[in-house]
Amino acid sequence: MAWARNVLRVNLTEGTCKNEPLNMDWAQKYLGQRGLATKYLVEETDPKVDPLSPDNKMIMTTGPLTGTCASTAGRYSVVTKGALTGAIACSNSGGFFGNEMKNAGYDMIIFEGRAPEPVYLLVENENARLIDASEYWGKSVWDTEEGIKAKHQDPLIRVASIGVAGEKGVKFACVVNDMHRAAGRSGVGTVMGSKNLKAVAIRGTLGVSVEDVGAFMQATADGKQTLADNPVTGQGLPAFGTQVLMNVINEVGALPTRNHRDVQFDGAKNISAEAMAEPRADGKPNLVTNAACFGCTIACGRISTVERTHYTVAERPQYQIASGGLEYEAAWALGAATGVDDLDALTFANFICNEQGIDPISFGATVGAAMELYEEGAIGDEQTGGLEVRFGSAEALTQLAEQCGQGEGFGAEVGLGSKLLCEKYGKPELSMSVKGQEFPAYDSRGIQGMGLAYATANRGACHLRAYTVSSEILGVPEKTDPHVTEGKAGLVKAFQDATSAVDSTGLCVFTTFAWSLDDIAPQVNAACEGDWTAERLLEVGERIWNLERQYNTAAGFTGKDDTLPARLLKDAAKTGPAEGLTNGLDKMLPEYYEVRGWTADGVPSNETVERLAL
Amino acid sequence: MQKSLHIDPDKCTGCLQCELACSHVNEGVFNPAKSRIKVFNFHDQGRMVPYTCTQCDEAWCMQACPVDAITLDAETGAKVVSDALCVGCKVCTIACPFGTVNYNASTGKVIKCDLCGGDPECAKACPTAAITYVDANWTGLDRMRQWAAKTDAGAQAEA
Amino acid sequence: MQHVIVGAGPAGVVAAETLRKGDRAADIVLIGDEPEPPYSRMAIPYVLEGMIEQSGTYLRKAQGHYEDLGIQYRQGRAEALAAADGTLTLEGGEAVSYDRLLIATGATPLSPPVPGLDLPGVHNCWTLADCREIAALLGDDANVVLIGAGFIGCIIMEALAKRCGTLSVVEMEDRMVSRMMDATAGGMLERWCAAKDIRVLTSARVTAIEAAKGAGGDKAVVLDSGERLDAHLVVLAVGVAPNIGFLEGSGIRTDHGVLVNEHLESSAAGVFAAGDVAQGLDFSTGEYSVHAIQPTATEHGRIAALNMLGRRAHYKGSLNMNVLATVGLVSSSFGSWEGVAGGDSGVAVDEDAFKYLRLEFEGDHLVGALGLGLTDHVGVIRGLIQNRTALAEWKEKLLENPHRVMEAYVAHSQT
Repeated sequence: MAWARNVLRVNLTEGTCKNEPLNMDWAQKYLGQRGLATKYLVEETDPKVDPLSPDNKMIMTTGPLTGTCASTAGRYSVVTKGALTGAIACSNSGGFFGNEMKNAGYDMIIFEGRAPEPVYLLVENENARLIDASEYWGKSVWDTEEGIKAKHQDPLIRVASIGVAGEKGVKFACVVNDMHRAAGRSGVGTVMGSKNLKAVAIRGTLGVSVEDVGAFMQATADGKQTLADNPVTGQGLPAFGTQVLMNVINEVGALPTRNHRDVQFDGAKNISAEAMAEPRADGKPNLVTNAACFGCTIACGRISTVERTHYTVAERPQYQIASGGLEYEAAWALGAATGVDDLDALTFANFICNEQGIDPISFGATVGAAMELYEEGAIGDEQTGGLEVRFGSAEALTQLAEQCGQGEGFGAEVGLGSKLLCEKYGKPELSMSVKGQEFPAYDSRGIQGMGLAYATANRGACHLRAYTVSSEILGVPEKTDPHVTEGKAGLVKAFQDATSAVDSTGLCVFTTFAWSLDDIAPQVNAACEGDWTAERLLEVGERIWNLERQYNTAAGFTGKDDTLPARLLKDAAKTGPAEGLTNGLDKMLPEYYEVRGWTADGVPSNETVERLAL
Repeated sequence: MQKSLHIDPDKCTGCLQCELACSHVNEGVFNPAKSRIKVFNFHDQGRMVPYTCTQCDEAWCMQACPVDAITLDAETGAKVVSDALCVGCKVCTIACPFGTVNYNASTGKVIKCDLCGGDPECAKACPTAAITYVDANWTGLDRMRQWAAKTDAGAQAEA
Repeated sequence: MQHVIVGAGPAGVVAAETLRKGDRAADIVLIGDEPEPPYSRMAIPYVLEGMIEQSGTYLRKAQGHYEDLGIQYRQGRAEALAAADGTLTLEGGEAVSYDRLLIATGATPLSPPVPGLDLPGVHNCWTLADCREIAALLGDDANVVLIGAGFIGCIIMEALAKRCGTLSVVEMEDRMVSRMMDATAGGMLERWCAAKDIRVLTSARVTAIEAAKGAGGDKAVVLDSGERLDAHLVVLAVGVAPNIGFLEGSGIRTDHGVLVNEHLESSAAGVFAAGDVAQGLDFSTGEYSVHAIQPTATEHGRIAALNMLGRRAHYKGSLNMNVLATVGLVSSSFGSWEGVAGGDSGVAVDEDAFKYLRLEFEGDHLVGALGLGLTDHVGVIRGLIQNRTALAEWKEKLLENPHRVMEAYVAHSQT
């Protein structure tokens, strides 16, 4: 019940697909999705493995609620050792692929080895087989998805695939499903590409059931009502999407701008949710509609168009369509981080990121770093092929998106990610990253807790491991002062643990704007065997966090890696409410280790390991 | 006053809660593949369109059924498939010009919307009121009915 | 007003009901020639398979349905018609007079022109009586030869295969169901059957059925190749022909069937025809054809009845279409599935997965289709064809991926 209790193990080297029962003891300890797949990865692989070696494994995984009628219950994750970071990677995606996988009867699909030639996996319920992908290799995500649906004569097949970027080893390649939903971060698509796995195509028609139907329908109905009644999930997100944040974060002086040189972007208003709704010359706005992922009653997704006369699409009708539009993180990375405020250019670059499977956050942030390298003279036309990679250049942004998507030209160097790029050109300090992964859209000088969240996030800099923005800026669940470090260690831990649990259920973390674990626990409890309380979920979350930490420790990461670039620790914010502030990580980190029950070097103590039964 | 499902595609977000509710009430599991209502996603237009049986007056499916397995629920106006009587011949699936009767290979019977006996779960589950259950003369079903009339092989002569 | 309907299949029953709905007072006589309540031949395979009782084939399930409607249901077989004086003569000599007559006598199985059809254990599969005879001979040890792999042959194949020892199928044409499938679909179907241990011999002609006691049965089906197939049971399914014999000398114009105009009226005023016996307007070709299919039968029955009531209902023509499951593989065909001159085709084939869809266009209209393994939303193909929907930009999309046909339909109907 809830769990399909079934794992599909695909050995790409051997070309075999086998079923095995899900380890239900682990399911009771790690719940599902992020937690459970991490447990499998920890048990089955050497943490020191080269992420791109056949010995690394890649797990696609659903949560127990995936495929049910709980709001947002369509999520799946890709868990592996990240190509960008060399750390544990868990990238979560919406759309409709996760539901399809559960409906085909699988909690997870474990990919092992490397196929001798490009293949894709086709799963039709109990029938799973690997098929020659030579006709799709070299093709975009969009063409691959359409091609597979047509070839197998079923428009309802759901496809998760990599674009050319993932084939070419772009370090932040993602796995894209349903045209524009992505398991985006840490280079999980790069790992998929290294395995010569082009796509996973699934059609599932078996159905998903839950333990206590009556209680489940009641709990999920209550949950939906709570989401509808909440101003963020009931009004803000459906109307404006995550882009509702652009002007808010800019105003509080936490919008990292031009590779974090500044904390406010004068062009923010031009790339905001409000701008997306503004009619253009043709009378139509950028935004076509909002759209939901599977089962989601929030529907924050944006579907947008590039204006037909814009230089990026004027001669290219294939891009004169509506597709996945700008979410806040992408708009920030492609816009503020690069100083570009041309909304159409951003929308186009975002299309390319979806089409070729690259993470717009790492891409945009790396372009920002490249722009600074260029302006500082560390790179020149010789490297960029004559392209003027200057802050504010929409042309540079869109051309690099296309080059990076194809893994060619200077775009291939951008595809190294900012850490390797900046190291290569002798300016490692210009990489705005933690553990090799670029920051998302919140400047930790203006939102102190996020500095600690970034520094300690197990997959490298990330907003989705502990979104203290919620508390520090939006006041959810309670308002804390974004400019102080006091209390942030506990806040970050609480967010990390709760988020780890939510990421293991099959639900979307955006529900937590309205839901606490007290809202989630009854839904999990009704769906799953066992007694699932909010306390237990929190404990499972803490266990998962520590398991991930142990993996990273074994992979070679130490407390020294729990840090931020000097720019955030030493260069004060120049404008806005946070003017004069740097991030006070040194004040928060020791306290954090303490509340975590870790040693001063950041290793889970024996006591902690024992307490959590790791 | 008889009621019918009113669908407003402009309000649809494509979340598929309607398909979940439909499959749950009819199949006992969450299984969009077995839903009687389907949402079509016109991705490159950003348009999502829920679609199901309009319980048309012509009742092609009912007329075509060779074993009287599809009958009219006088209270709701729904054309209802009897699992006990359906032999799975699939004639109704080709007869319905709206494509809203499907063959379910796992049961060997056909499935179609029956308005849940007058309290359609899809409408209750829709978070945006894209699907509502309203008085029949409100629904603007005329559009669909015109379409039905065109398909009619002569039935516009009043019966 | 005296309405007489001869033939109690779907066309006859729907006509009787429509008449009653339109005229509470009329006398309505429904004449069937079998000793059971009106039933559906379509459902016979499911009786043979053991899925339903014989009563499951009855066209109307409610007890007393015909009595309650004041429809006089009686047994009898038409022998002759005197259209000029409004008299139908039944076998045995009884004369039935009418004001309006509906000929809904259906069809009769054809017999292959070979000796040995009178041997015991050689049966058509057309009536419930046939079904009972066949069922009695089926069993795990029975070797069965099915002659004819057309629509009927295929639809009963599963029931035969499930309840026999071996099943061989002999088909004269070069492929199975040649009247609703092209070579690609026919070939896939043949491979499908082979995978289910059914031996299908195409382009094979039966020359005789001979009595020959042996281990494999008490008779042998002899083929033109010289091969002999031992059998306990031989089932004939080589096709059917409209029952128009009794019209000889009536002056009513016939061709393959009874020729009817747009009101489903024959050349004799007051005499109508419907269903498998009627040769009416074909929607696709504009010509007059016999479409022996269930939807046409019921539409004919309804429209004919409206005209019998004096309401000038026009019939726009029937779309030839079929749906069939051959040992589980669902196939369907619509309209001009073979294509039209100057038209375009959108084709998707997956031989391994037994999936096939062929759409045929004339200009930007869909005019025909053929599908294998298709079960969802198939009816829209009928809708698009019969509405003559201008597909505009969707035609190109369908040429590229014909499986988007439901999307094309929704895009056009929900704007």
